[in-house]
Amino acid sequence: MSKVPHDLRFLKSHEWARLETDGTVTVGISDHAQQALGDLVFVEAPEAGRRVAAGEAIAVVESVKAASDVYSPVSGEIVAGNVDLGGQPELINQDPYGAGWIMRIRPDDKQQFAAMLDARGYEAQLAAETH
Amino acid sequence: MGQRTPLYSTHVAAGARMVDFGGWDMPVNYGSQIEEHHAVRRDAGMFDVSHMCVVDLRGSRVHEFLRRLLANDVEKAMQPGKALYSCMLRENGGVIDDLIVYHMHYQWYRMVVNAGTRDKDLEWLRVQAESFGVAVEPCTDLAMIAVQGPNARSKAAQVLDDSVAHAALVLQPFFGVDAAPWFVARTGYTGEDGWEIIVPAAQAAELWDKLRGVGVTPCGLGARDTLRLEAGMNLYGNDMDESTTPLESGLGWTVAWEPERDFLGRSALVAQKSAGAPRKLVGLLLEDRAVLRSHQKVIVPAVGEGEVTSGTFSPTLERSIGLARVPSATADRCEVEIRGRLLSARVVRPPFVRNGTIAISL
Repeated sequence: MSKVPHDLRFLKSHEWARLETDGTVTVGISDHAQQALGDLVFVEAPEAGRRVAAGEAIAVVESVKAASDVYSPVSGEIVAGNVDLGGQPELINQDPYGAGWIMRIRPDDKQQFAAMLDARGYEAQLAAETH
Repeated sequence: MGQRTPLYSTHVAAGARMVDFGGWDMPVNYGSQIEEHHAVRRDAGMFDVSHMCVVDLRGSRVHEFLRRLLANDVEKAMQPGKALYSCMLRENGGVIDDLIVYHMHYQWYRMVVNAGTRDKDLEWLRVQAESFGVAVEPCTDLAMIAVQGPNARSKAAQVLDDSVAHAALVLQPFFGVDAAPWFVARTGYTGEDGWEIIVPAAQAAELWDKLRGVGVTPCGLGARDTLRLEAGMNLYGNDMDESTTPLESGLGWTVAWEPERDFLGRSALVAQKSAGAPRKLVGLLLEDRAVLRSHQKVIVPAVGEGEVTSGTFSPTLERSIGLARVPSATADRCEVEIRGRLLSARVVRPPFVRNGTIAISL
């Protein structure tokens, strides 16, 4: 079973997001997503300073099995990309909600974060996908 | 629900991620596919390959039958236990399947064919065998476990019955020994030393658990694919099929032209050989940080286009490698279209890795 922390928000496309105390949003891919992808081998995390719209691809995660785009859940300016992933893509497999984070973004509109799936909604989606 | 091997519940209990493979529910990995891969290159790993089909061929004319059926020549496999890798061809030279055949006895050969081609293989075998009076007998209630890696034989020998272990330890590469109802062969699909062990289905789980107990790592089909690709071995359905000949599939070395004999597909291959095969299968080493995948388009400037037939990330090289079918005039470089970008690749001669050692220049 994959882990779905209850303090996070999710997209149907398996990204997670956490609202930090400084108002930025940290984004990564869910435990379910990393399990489905298998061992990650290349990750292109985004660079700070880039402006993106909600739904825009911000990173590519490539595993032994497949390449997959990662989408931003909110519009805003990227304040940091996880540079450690360049040399250690396996951080996403080992700790998808911690050291495997992909980017931090300053959202233009926090309502976009609030509109994401909560943990219960995401769990319901995972249950529907596997049945 | 797909078909299940005798080890299905063992895999599920071990937390394997199960996937459909040619109609079978098979483990793709038990955790990290890359760690499973390294276990085979550096120590010992094991694979459930019970989905593959074991077929016994018996009859007084079985040798003559196989000399007609196969593009490789069983005349090279006259000693008991000797294994031979071959393609089985249609008259037009298309590859029906690739297989290993073991010389068991002068009136008995044992063949191991792919799971996904089982039904059409058996049909073809029966049609061709009829006029030779050869019986085609698919074996049921068997399991097959491949134990592979530099320490695979020494570890596995600890858990085999003494008589079986003794017979298996003296096997030369590409030989097997009948220890009925067991069969052990020094063959594999990883580029490492090891055995493929055929056991009665009822004994499979016990053998698996014992192998695990002596430190043999369970490995899934994911690692099996990266290992075989590093070893430069073709996968039927990806790298060759009925629309390609062995000459276009890097398998010309398996076609035995001499001594002359009329094997199925020969005249088509002779014609293609004399005209020159328009395409060839080559190894690719990607120079950029991305991963080759099957069906990506290959562009050879001023020559033409081709296609990646197998691609992966190589855990040993930490680079992406693949096999591709390209125009015969392709030299040492090409480009591959990956997610909308053209990335450069070097054309190399497989294998990429053999016996734990990188076999190409990086």
